[in-house]
Amino acid sequence: MYQEVILDHYKHPHGRGLRDGDAEVHHVNPTCGDEITLRVKYEGTRIADVSYEGQGCSISQASASVLNDLLVGKDVTEAQRIQGTFLELMQSKGRIEPDDAMEEILEDAVAFAGVSKYPARVKCALLSWMAWKDATAQALGESEPAERKSA
Amino acid sequence: MTQLPGLLDTEAIRKDFPALDRVLHDGKKLVYLDNAATSQKPRQVLDALTEYYERHNANVHRGVHVLAEEATALYEGARDKVAEFINAPSRDEVIFTKNASESLNLVANMLGWADEPYKVDHETEIVITEMEHHSNIVPWQLLSQRTGAKLKWFGLTDDGRLDLSNIDEVITEKTKIVSFVLVSNILGTHNPVEAIVRRAQEVGALVLIDASQAAPHMPLDVQALQADFVAFTGHKMCGPTGIGVLWGRQELLEDLPPFLGGGEMIETVSMSSSTYAPAPHKFEAGTPPIAQAVGLGAAVDYLQSIGMEKVQAHEHAITSYAVKRLLEVPDLKIIGPVTAEDRGAAISFTLGDIHPHDVGQVLDEQGIAVRVGHHCARPVCLRYGIPATTRASFYLYSTPAEVDALVEGLEHVRNFFG
Repeated sequence: MYQEVILDHYKHPHGRGLRDGDAEVHHVNPTCGDEITLRVKYEGTRIADVSYEGQGCSISQASASVLNDLLVGKDVTEAQRIQGTFLELMQSKGRIEPDDAMEEILEDAVAFAGVSKYPARVKCALLSWMAWKDATAQALGESEPAERKSA
Repeated sequence: MTQLPGLLDTEAIRKDFPALDRVLHDGKKLVYLDNAATSQKPRQVLDALTEYYERHNANVHRGVHVLAEEATALYEGARDKVAEFINAPSRDEVIFTKNASESLNLVANMLGWADEPYKVDHETEIVITEMEHHSNIVPWQLLSQRTGAKLKWFGLTDDGRLDLSNIDEVITEKTKIVSFVLVSNILGTHNPVEAIVRRAQEVGALVLIDASQAAPHMPLDVQALQADFVAFTGHKMCGPTGIGVLWGRQELLEDLPPFLGGGEMIETVSMSSSTYAPAPHKFEAGTPPIAQAVGLGAAVDYLQSIGMEKVQAHEHAITSYAVKRLLEVPDLKIIGPVTAEDRGAAISFTLGDIHPHDVGQVLDEQGIAVRVGHHCARPVCLRYGIPATTRASFYLYSTPAEVDALVEGLEHVRNFFG
C-alpha cells in the first residue's frame, strides 16, 4: 500500500500552501479527522493553480500532492477525465490492475491502486479530489452560470 | 518473558478465545489491542449463543409452550446475573437495551417527557463533561435543543483529568441531570465519582454514569457509586453485540415515563389509551435481544469465574508496564494520564507528526490491531489540539509480550516514516 512514490509525495508535497484562487472549499473526513482547505484558480477553462493546506495521513496528503501535479495546467474537461479515472481506480476494491492506458492518464496516481483494497483508506485518497471537484463547480459555476445550468 | 505482579494466567485464559489464535498477513500472530472498541468473545459465550438458538429459541413472555418458557427463563436469568454482577438492589432495576448509546438516550428521553420534579425545560440545566463519548454528548444536545435547557460541561486539565475546580458553578440549583463517564474511552482517565455525586445530591440533580469502559474491567457496584442511573454495553465485556444495560433506581423507573411504545411494555391496551407494565418491561418495547441477553449472562458468568478484582489487578499491571514502555518510544506522547493511577487500560498517544492512520496501518501489517481516529470523543482531540490519536487498549487476556510487540511495532513505524 505504501508505495515509494506515495511516501515521496507525502514527505515532499508538490504545490502545498494556499495561494490566490477563484473558489475555496474545506473538506473533512469525519471518521479520521483528515482535513483539507483547497483553492482553484482558473484562466478560462484552464486550471492555473490548485493550492491547498491540510492535515492528515500520508495517503490523503500524498494524494493532494499528486492531484496538484496532474491537474495544474490542464483544461477542465481533461481534468475531469483524470478525476473520473482516479475515482474508478479507487472504487475498484483492488480489482483494477492499472494498464498502460490508465498509467498514461494517472501517472504517479496509479501508485494508489493498492489503497483501493482498504475501504477505510479510500476516503483518505479521495479527499482532495472531492474537494477539487467541489471547488471547480463553485469557481466555474460563478463565472459561467449559464454553462453550468445546461450541464 | 516479563513477569509482573498481579497478572492472570493468560496462557489458560487465551485458550478460551478462539479469535486470539488468528494468524494474519502471512504468518503474523494477531496482537489484539482494540479492546476498548470491543472485546473478543470466549468459547463459553459462543456456546451459550449456539445452544440458545439450537435448543431453546422462542419469543419471551408470550407462549405457554416449553421452548417459550425456557427462552423466558434464560432471558430473565440473564437479568438476574447482571443484577448480581453490578450489585443492584433489585433485578427489576436492570433494563436491557441494545447498547450503551441506547441506554443513555433512554434516560435523556425519559427526562424529556417527564413531569415535575424531573422535567427538563428552558429554566433548567444539563451537565456533562468534555471527555464524554459522543453517545453521552449528542443525546443531551438533542434534549437541550428540544427543551431549551442549558447544556454545561466540565473542562479538562492538561494532564487528562476532569477540571472540577469550578464544580459549584457548573452544578447548580438549576441542574436536573449530571451525566459523566466513569472511565474515559480515549484518555483512560478514571473519574472521581464521589465529588460529583455529592455536589449533584446537594442540589437535587440526578446522576447518570456511563460505565461502558468500567463494567468490563473492574468490580462495578451501583449502590456504592450512589448514582441514579448506570449505563454500559455487553460487547466490550466478552458478550455479544446488540445488548446493553441501563440500571436505574426503582422509584425513578416507576415515576418516569416510557420512551418506546409497543409489545411487552404494556399492561392493557385499548384504542384510546394504554397502561404500562412495571419496570423493567415498561422500558423494553418489542421483542428484546434474547440471544444477546443470554450471551451477556454467559459473559458475566465467565468474568465472575475469574473475578473482577483479579481482572482489575491484571489490567493495572499491564497498563503500568505499557505506560512505562510506551514512554521509552522517542516522540511518543501519551494523551491522558501518564501514570497507571486512577486509570483504565486504554492508552491514547501521538507519535511525532506521523498521522495515526499511518501508525495504525503499519501496525496492522505486523498483525497488531489498534484503534486510530478521534474515538467518538472529538472534543477531547480539539481540547488537546490534535487531529486524532492511536489507541492501544488491553483486557484480561493481554500479555506483557503484546505490549513489547506494540513497542517494537512503533519503532518500525518510526523507521518507515522517518
